[in-house]
Amino acid sequence: MGNEPIGGSDSDRDAAADSAVEATAETAVETNADTETDTDTDTDTETEAETETDGGVRPYTVRLELVDEPGELLRALSPISDNGGNLLSIHHERGNITPRGHIPVEVDLECPPDRFDDIVEGLRDAGVNVIQAGAERYGEEISIVFVGHLVENDLSETLSRIEAEAEAAVIDLSLAAPDGTDATSSARLRLAVDSGRTDAALESIRSIGADKDLTIVEPLLGGEA
Amino acid sequence: MAASQRLAILGAGDVGRSVADLASEYGHEVVAIADSTTATVDPDGIDVADALDRKLGGEEIGDADPTAVFETDYDVLVEATPTTLGDADPGFTHAKRALETDHHVVLANKGPVAERYGELRELEADSAGSVRFEATVGGAIPVLSTIEDSTSQAVTAVRGVLNGTANFILTRMAAEGLDYEHVLAEAQDLGVAEADPTFDVDGTDAALKFVILANVLADGGFSLEDATVEGIQNVPGSALDLAAEDGRTIRLIGEATRDGVRVGPRLVPENGALAVTGTRNIVQIKTRNAGSLHSSGRGAGGPETATAVLSDVGRLPPL
Repeated sequence: MGNEPIGGSDSDRDAAADSAVEATAETAVETNADTETDTDTDTDTETEAETETDGGVRPYTVRLELVDEPGELLRALSPISDNGGNLLSIHHERGNITPRGHIPVEVDLECPPDRFDDIVEGLRDAGVNVIQAGAERYGEEISIVFVGHLVENDLSETLSRIEAEAEAAVIDLSLAAPDGTDATSSARLRLAVDSGRTDAALESIRSIGADKDLTIVEPLLGGEA
Repeated sequence: MAASQRLAILGAGDVGRSVADLASEYGHEVVAIADSTTATVDPDGIDVADALDRKLGGEEIGDADPTAVFETDYDVLVEATPTTLGDADPGFTHAKRALETDHHVVLANKGPVAERYGELRELEADSAGSVRFEATVGGAIPVLSTIEDSTSQAVTAVRGVLNGTANFILTRMAAEGLDYEHVLAEAQDLGVAEADPTFDVDGTDAALKFVILANVLADGGFSLEDATVEGIQNVPGSALDLAAEDGRTIRLIGEATRDGVRVGPRLVPENGALAVTGTRNIVQIKTRNAGSLHSSGRGAGGPETATAVLSDVGRLPPL
């Protein structure tokens, strides 16, 4: 409730972010794909960790999901500099809304490779949802509730089909079977889905549900539900 | 002050009676009211209190034939007979007869605009009268007039909760940890659910309203059979418990766009705008240029729905 931006603060912030973006948006296209082979860099930064790095920095791209509230962008960026990262560009994709109603933000930064994990951790500690960090994709998370004869209908096969057909990773599952596993039970699944694939994943899940005679309670996506 | 209109009311259920009762407060005159068997008609204005007393006392509402309503001198036909599916009759035929004789029609009956929208609009195009139907969607909540004011082309989607009975049941199940049958029985005792609650709990009633909304957005083309509809009968208490563990709850949510209509139980944030409680309704109107608008209020009830009918009457031009 109430994450509608208030007054002009939002568009001000937006304009500021946009102007920072456009100049450098495409500069940091390199990924961390080659960091593992480049052991020299690692040792260099180890030895000089306390001082300035001698060029042993790498560009990284981090994709975040931000709540549409004033101050969120600033709050999300501070863990980056706090952990020794150097901001290169920010692409604040207003107008583009993730299925959970958040705003995707793409941040290009550079830092010593051994600092990168700290930055991601710092972001997470600050409550920022990290969708993608470097080459690792986390995608979007959705919750979904299944109802029916879940256990009798081979729950593990249902999960395998979700992973295979919906291309979703099951992050966790809670099962509630108050009347025993041979009666109607409910399960809540948290799924990780690649960005932009949520609709397709839900469609596959609907057809799996129809096959197995399960009632599916889907999340209401998009906008402020 | 809007032009005073002479109302002929078809249907003497909660809504029809409330329209008759409140009409004078809104500056209008009732010249006829009919139930399914008889009518009372007076071109100089009927005695509303007498007619309603007779109806509530179990007597005949008048001594005229119901069709006498159409023969009197009236401006606006208020169609408040029960909603029917398929051919939407007798509601559709009533509206047709009024339009063909150049009268306005205000519907509280969802059937004609959910099932035969295109035909109704054609009849309207050939008539001096207009059709309005605010009362068919969301009771007292100004949904259609808000869309009209935003201009329907600028509205991309409408979604929300438009069935109070289903919402009451889900709210009680989540709050009390009770099962569906138990809460349904309680709702029937309280008069929140009807003796036959089928259309409320299977999603049909909500679907009709979202079909009407899709017709308004797309200027027709939808009927109930185009909607994907799922009810709440299969949602057990355990599903609501699991949702609550995750900060969510389950609501019977409808969505209308120009591409279609969908109604079904959905996970929504527990403290989100759409998670209204009890019999309350809410709509979220998504606009192209102005973000989302939310309106919430009472989605059913005689006086509530009558206010929507009477604000439609107030928007009609003099004939």
